[in-house]
Amino acid sequence: MAQRLTIPLLRLWPGRLVAVLMGILGLLGCSSEHQDTPLSFWVLGGEGSAVRLLVEAFEQENPDVRVIVQQIPWSAAHEKLLTAYAGDAMPDVFEIGNTWVSEFEALGAVESLTLSAREKEDFFSGILDSSTVQGRLMAKPWYIDTRLLFYRRDLLSRAGFDAPPTTWSEWILMMETLRDRDAGLIKALIAPLGEWQLPVILGLQSGATLLDAEGCFGRFQSASFRVAFHVYIELYDKGFAPLMGDAQMTSLYQDFAAGRIAFYVTGPWNIGEFHRRLPPSLESLWATAVMPGPTGPGASLAGGSSLAVSASSRQKDKALALVEFMTRTKSLLTLYQMTGDLPPKRSVWSDPILSASPPLEAFRRQLDHVIATPKVPEWEQIASKIILYAERSARHEMTEEAALLALDHDVDRLLSKRRWLLSGTCHQGAVP
Amino acid sequence: MTPTQRPSAAFWLVFPALLMTGLFFVLPIVAALLLSFTDFDLYALARWDHLRLIGFENYRHLLNDPLFFLALKNTFYFVAIGVPLSVSASLLTALLINQRGVRGQGFFRTVFFLPVVTTLVAVAVVWRYLYHPRLGLLNYVLSLLGIEPIDWLGDPQWAMPSLIIMAVWKNFGFNMVIFIAGLKSIPRRLYEAAEVDGAGAFEQFRSITLPLLAPTFVFVGIVTLIGYFQLFAEPYVMTQGGPSGRTLSVALLMFEEGFRWWNLGYAAAISFVLFLIILSGTVLQMLMRRFL
Repeated sequence: MAQRLTIPLLRLWPGRLVAVLMGILGLLGCSSEHQDTPLSFWVLGGEGSAVRLLVEAFEQENPDVRVIVQQIPWSAAHEKLLTAYAGDAMPDVFEIGNTWVSEFEALGAVESLTLSAREKEDFFSGILDSSTVQGRLMAKPWYIDTRLLFYRRDLLSRAGFDAPPTTWSEWILMMETLRDRDAGLIKALIAPLGEWQLPVILGLQSGATLLDAEGCFGRFQSASFRVAFHVYIELYDKGFAPLMGDAQMTSLYQDFAAGRIAFYVTGPWNIGEFHRRLPPSLESLWATAVMPGPTGPGASLAGGSSLAVSASSRQKDKALALVEFMTRTKSLLTLYQMTGDLPPKRSVWSDPILSASPPLEAFRRQLDHVIATPKVPEWEQIASKIILYAERSARHEMTEEAALLALDHDVDRLLSKRRWLLSGTCHQGAVP
Repeated sequence: MTPTQRPSAAFWLVFPALLMTGLFFVLPIVAALLLSFTDFDLYALARWDHLRLIGFENYRHLLNDPLFFLALKNTFYFVAIGVPLSVSASLLTALLINQRGVRGQGFFRTVFFLPVVTTLVAVAVVWRYLYHPRLGLLNYVLSLLGIEPIDWLGDPQWAMPSLIIMAVWKNFGFNMVIFIAGLKSIPRRLYEAAEVDGAGAFEQFRSITLPLLAPTFVFVGIVTLIGYFQLFAEPYVMTQGGPSGRTLSVALLMFEEGFRWWNLGYAAAISFVLFLIILSGTVLQMLMRRFL
């Protein structure tokens, strides 16, 4: 068992030790009161206090179940979940990024779930699709993350535009006008290098599939992706967006408040941040809009996170009950109220609490147009390659042609194991 | 000890240490070497029969991976500039502090040693403020001299020099202490004799200090070289390898491949190449010591 041995010995040995110690402590702690072992539940990011409230409600409803919540920061979550899988220490229930679902499905780490027809109707279909692998639902959507346009209404109207852009060409025209006429502006748009979302959104909007149908080869040199990639690179070439990674953008909210930035492509968590960090006088001056597309309002990403039940869980019934409880309309509403996380169910959106918030309106409309990223376990790695080559091309270290060629080359290499596993189903077609 | 003799007491005294070393050093290294000949990845983690023995395929891919060569270039850049800078900074401060008539030697030693004991993450947070393009102290000082602000960590040209400056500042104190120890072990009478013969300060440094400090030099050089080749924490905390991969080091690449993507076979191959590079650098230094 060389393979099993090396992992803990190389790196995870302290982790193992801690796990064993915690296990012993856990056994000591609960042996007298509860006969059953408690249900472990890992949540990612800052949802801690809201989750604790929901878990308490769940425990009241199910007095025989005890839940231990563990919080994991997003930045470490992917690594930590894989490490837990390797160390056979998976929690019973865990939150999972939608783009990771196919990875954990391939590992056999998650249990497939079933939905009633009514519940299925209630979920936004694009979001539900992002957690579905080969027709099987592997995790239940919990909250949504999609990207769209935040903008300064006053800056646009000063430049002569009454409404946000709906097409790429309108958007580009606005940024050109702002760049040339508005001296108070640093840049028209904030689009941090190192975020794969924007180039991928533009690609999906122009009809690129990114990979071939079976997910065996990269298709980044396809005509549709080339067009999108060119639009993306021009954002920097034409001086619309600063050549900066997000680590460099330390004064983003101040800049947005001071009118030094007009557009920002970002996600729902920034609604809360904007309310918190921008002065109240600005409240009516910023707004959100659906992503502009090639010919009209365009699609965006079906991101977000879902709740999964571990395949190795010994208490699947209780785990499923917890997932069911956490995704009830009422729980999702509580989650939204406490954190601003957008619910994946239509029934929650019809609640006045959500329908009364103007910035949410654009998100509501965007959610009907969301597309999932390719469902291959290698997606996170592929995304990291997109970032690398997009940045090198934006910085003129490579031409667009060379960058996409190298990207396809790297992606093909990343997918080589997948091709071996799928053996029969992969067809090497000519790159269009 | 002949074969018929029972193991001596010395053996049993060393045995626990040997066992630990074998279990936690030798065994993992052998296992990692074996791992580097497989395509161990996520799929293999899921199912045993997804593991393939692929011989030198990982090493062959390494030679065709532009990212590996970028990481190699960055690491050599860091070592080539960082090691001489760090060693000379240590030597210079050691010489200054060790001069006769300098008061408060202990104080200076402590002050210069402080960055070494400070955790890197705390240091990185402070240096990120110093390096801030608009609000940072460094750019403020430059502006007083009439120099345009530099985007220290965001500019591909400046990111690595920024890390080198920070690393040298953080590490030179350690080597300084070793140099001071080396200087203290040079007998005073040699300098006195040289003075009687009419040698100046520079002559004394060249003919007495440098040759007698040579063993210390080799030690400091090798230890610093090994440490700097393993560049990891600075880019991991400060830049995550960016901008444009200009601060991606070999060790960081290995970490990303191994523990972010779980391509453990490939990561093991990277680590062995890094090991060979460090080994050859060390051997080269030892040879230089012997023949120069």
